[in-house]
Amino acid sequence: MRAFAIAIVAALIVLPAAAEAPIQLKKGEGLDKVEGNCAACHTLAYIPMNSPYLDAKGWEAEVNKMIKAYGAPIDEADAKAIKEYLSKNYGI
Amino acid sequence: MITRRHLLGTAGASAAFATSGLSLPKFSEAEAAGVPLTPGIPAGVQSIAAMEALPGKKPLIRLADRPPNYEAPLEYLRTPITPNDEFFVRYHLSDIPEVDVKTYRIKVGGDGANGQAELTLDDLKKMPAFEVVAVNQCSGNRRGLSKPHVPGVEWGYGAMGCARWKGARLKDVLDKIGLKKETIEIEFGGADGPAVDTTPDFVKSIPIWKALDESTLVAYEMNGQPLPHFNGFPARVVVPGWTGTYWMKHVNAITALTKPLTAFWMNPAYRIPRGKFPVVARFTSQEYAPNTPITEMVINSLITSHRDGAKIKTGKVTVSGIAWDGGYGIRMVEVSTDSGKTWSTAKLGEDLGRFAFRPWSFELSAKRGKNTVMVNATNKIGQAQVAALIFNGAGYHNNVMQNITLNAA
Repeated sequence: MRAFAIAIVAALIVLPAAAEAPIQLKKGEGLDKVEGNCAACHTLAYIPMNSPYLDAKGWEAEVNKMIKAYGAPIDEADAKAIKEYLSKNYGI
Repeated sequence: MITRRHLLGTAGASAAFATSGLSLPKFSEAEAAGVPLTPGIPAGVQSIAAMEALPGKKPLIRLADRPPNYEAPLEYLRTPITPNDEFFVRYHLSDIPEVDVKTYRIKVGGDGANGQAELTLDDLKKMPAFEVVAVNQCSGNRRGLSKPHVPGVEWGYGAMGCARWKGARLKDVLDKIGLKKETIEIEFGGADGPAVDTTPDFVKSIPIWKALDESTLVAYEMNGQPLPHFNGFPARVVVPGWTGTYWMKHVNAITALTKPLTAFWMNPAYRIPRGKFPVVARFTSQEYAPNTPITEMVINSLITSHRDGAKIKTGKVTVSGIAWDGGYGIRMVEVSTDSGKTWSTAKLGEDLGRFAFRPWSFELSAKRGKNTVMVNATNKIGQAQVAALIFNGAGYHNNVMQNITLNAA
């Protein structure tokens, strides 16, 4: 089992040949929080894939699910920024 | 570790399609240039999907690469058996080891067992071997077509395949440890795990009656070959008739339980509302008032010869596809060219068993302009597809009849 930070480092350093398809999300406030938290466990492709059909409440529920059901260690301030970014850039 | 190739572009993809459907309509250049996505999925999928070949695979539609979620384009589903290198890939969690057969063991035990055992791959292969041709379909196949859309992997039609699986019967594996009469469920664990410790590991259980079914296998061969890594090497559970969530890949733990498994992946995940779907197979130890675990697949069919909107020539045109269900067997496939007013019976193809894709074909007399083709499959217990979506929050069990348009010139 890997620690949270190590997972990111491992993805960058241990797997240079396994380059993941780069997913360029829309630029906007909170993008750094999205990249820094969400990408630790999964490709950011899940975000555009699930758009545009969720409203602010829908994206809030998704972020809450990631934290509560999937155990993503995201602090409250980051979670708020992520919800706002997703709702503004990938919501309806 | 996962390695990926990004070498195959659209040229490779179209070459692969050509070999998998020689006598069928070729893609136009316009179709081959883009990723062949299913109409109706969320618009955002277009921006992230790509044709990409995982090691040992032909190009599949990449929806996500961490964890890997790749679906088969329609052209790979034209045969009752899906080749291993065209078979879809689905994972929940992204820490996926390449299993070393030398150290691989399946731990068999649990509080419902009289004893315990550790099986190597060789131990499994020394047991009596059985084969079954069975459809492996992700519970969420066609989730992307849900109206309204629901969150998750936004699959089109291709999160499924059908293979000839060979392995030991699960009941023979369980005989090695002996079960107590109190055993109610059998739990499976696999070698893959989450990226962070706080994410629930992927574990599943099936009811004892299904575990003891003679068709339920611990399989080590797929279409006469070892399982591909991305389809569960060296062994996976095969639960014919039931959705893919129970078909544990890289299985390394088989546990007899006297109490219902409590795990995120059993509840709240993979649940359907009670009473909405006509499923026969029940999982009573996991049923609660509002919902129940998804179990068997619902009766369904897919047109594979043509895409919606395809251009054809006037005159005789053969439209073909596949039908499948939860293991009752396909009795009939009907086609309507007037959007459901009148129906004709399609010709059924090779029967590879009640759990397999059943091919069908229908000859249409295409007139100039728009021709519609609607399909409905019926199984041997009288279940048929639905005209309108039975909405549920996870987007499961979408077996709405297709009604595609073919444009004849």
